[in-house]
Amino acid sequence: MEAKTLFDKICDGHVVLSIENGPDILYIDRHYIHEVTSPQAFNGLKERGIPVFRPGKTIATADHNIPTKDQHLQIRDQLSRNQVEKLSENCRKHGIELFGLNHQKNGIVHVIGPELGYTLPGMTIVCGDSHTSTHGAFGTIAFGIGTSEVEMVLATQCILQPKPKKMRITVNGNLHKGVTSKDIIMYIISEISTGGATGYFVEFSGSAIKSLSMEARMTICNMSIEMGARGGLIAPDETTFDYLRKLPSIPGIDDLESSVNQWKNLKSDPDASFDNELEFDAGLIKPMITYGTNPGMGMAIDGSIPMAEDKNKEASSSYLKSLEYMGLKPGMKLLGHPIDYVFIGSCTNGRIEDFRAFAQIIRGRKKAANITALIVPGSKKVEEQMASEGLIEVFKNAGFEVRQPGCSSCLAMNEDKIPQGKYTVSTSNRNFEGRQGPGARTLLASPYTAAAAAITGRISDPREFITEENNIKI
Amino acid sequence: MPKVKFDILESTCIPLPFENVDTDQIIPARFLSATSREGFGDNLFRDWRYKKTGEKNSEFVLNNPKFSGKVLVAGKNFGSGSSREHAVWAIFDYGFRAVVSSFFADIFMNNALNNGLLPIVISEELLIKLHGLIQKNPAIKVKIDLEKQTFTIISTGDSVRFGINPYKKECLLKGLDDIDFLLSMKSLITGYETNKNLVK
Repeated sequence: MEAKTLFDKICDGHVVLSIENGPDILYIDRHYIHEVTSPQAFNGLKERGIPVFRPGKTIATADHNIPTKDQHLQIRDQLSRNQVEKLSENCRKHGIELFGLNHQKNGIVHVIGPELGYTLPGMTIVCGDSHTSTHGAFGTIAFGIGTSEVEMVLATQCILQPKPKKMRITVNGNLHKGVTSKDIIMYIISEISTGGATGYFVEFSGSAIKSLSMEARMTICNMSIEMGARGGLIAPDETTFDYLRKLPSIPGIDDLESSVNQWKNLKSDPDASFDNELEFDAGLIKPMITYGTNPGMGMAIDGSIPMAEDKNKEASSSYLKSLEYMGLKPGMKLLGHPIDYVFIGSCTNGRIEDFRAFAQIIRGRKKAANITALIVPGSKKVEEQMASEGLIEVFKNAGFEVRQPGCSSCLAMNEDKIPQGKYTVSTSNRNFEGRQGPGARTLLASPYTAAAAAITGRISDPREFITEENNIKI
Repeated sequence: MPKVKFDILESTCIPLPFENVDTDQIIPARFLSATSREGFGDNLFRDWRYKKTGEKNSEFVLNNPKFSGKVLVAGKNFGSGSSREHAVWAIFDYGFRAVVSSFFADIFMNNALNNGLLPIVISEELLIKLHGLIQKNPAIKVKIDLEKQTFTIISTGDSVRFGINPYKKECLLKGLDDIDFLLSMKSLITGYETNKNLVK
């Protein structure tokens, strides 16, 4: 039998039809939707006069365009309110389960999917959101789609997909203290650039990946889109199965252990071949920070911003334009650079382990006077856990404001905008121009690095605060 | 999804020679609250096109009367980042019918093809040459022939074949729609579900 990759194994089981010289018709097990990229798809169904084909396979949440303060009140912005109401209306009409605003299970789509047991190994999962790659941490084929494709899935539970190329990224070795999964993925992106995996589905493997928790694996797969990958995935193992065993319930699964036995086959065959293979050493990775306006423009926190000379003319002008936006110069060091805001949250780093890690540095300290911090849990469940573990108290005592769940300042669709020209150390996934508000200057980093910045008011090395004793592996 | 036809296009170009232009630049998130597909062109490249005061930024290419046309000639790795199809709607709504680059992000490429905006990949070398030619003479025209899959710079005669998935090519040439196609496959899809015991 031909050796197969994990991607092929899952994909082959979901192909309804391979079109000659064309894409595959791929069956979708789980479809997540949210308020921003779904309304036009529902309009399309209405124009065609057709229903949602399999409403039980779609799960909805409101997350991108909701406030993170006073969620019990009416949304102030009329367009945003209308969009959130439209989602409720569409879900009601078509019989789709909605974890909307103020629902006790509400949260960011990529946070609640796994925590409610809707994301399971071997599935095909899509959502009108590029960070759908997050779910690949469970050994799924999960990727972001556009609204036309959302309409396609609502109408037929299928999608037309050209076969991607396959890449394997192996990370071996041990992470140093204060270095996290966020740093691993930021390091890889800085090495291969923001388009380095375009056209590929990426399987992450190696001892450093295997040693990570599910939440940390989600951080890795989440940002695989930032190197251009269609998606990322990690073979399920005992860590995955234990995560699922601890969930209060898993919809549609009566006998988890019998499913687990099947899922154990979900791994690439030893001699499976990939179109491209890369290898990295976890021991070489330091806490990372970005200095530019795409996630590939990252460096070790104690490094210097690269010079422009080694780039061609076109690349060099884009590079300098980016640094100019950031108010930074080639050759500069970032350590000690004053900042204004800290944002911890998002589908990248808005899970309970992220806040536990953040608290390891914050506990017993006060925030720097010049800092405004936005602490935004990824879901209601994360918020509850933060409360029950005393983390909210830790953050309040340090002078921070803890918000309600949502995507918040990661894309700043709501009021959580970073002001013009201000620097923010953010645990989110994109440092694009204006991403966190018009003129906002984003420096992406891990929860540890964000915490160190919040306490000192400057870009600081988190390793000064993290010892072998208080290091949590995230 | 809309049904749009594409066959032959001859047009001048608008150059945007920056690398890694992400979809947040094409249409910032704060303009994504609409629930219809129309009108996004007004905010295309919003934060480059307008100053903070709201007045037009005369240095930005869309505000430069020297340049016009239905072909956007971009830089490498165009359309990265967010999957928002609004980015494609904005480019199409503004009046573009094709985007040329040496490299597109995957989701953007799919979204473009699903909306009749033709993404054309040419070599980096030709892209740089084309940018140079447009800067020298904004009146130069390119010709895109989808049937023949050729991209030609008319004044120089440079002509290259571009790639496109044959299925998508046929959809665009005939103005066909993926959803109609998938709906016609319904019995195959329910057959698949029955085999896999998926519908309980």
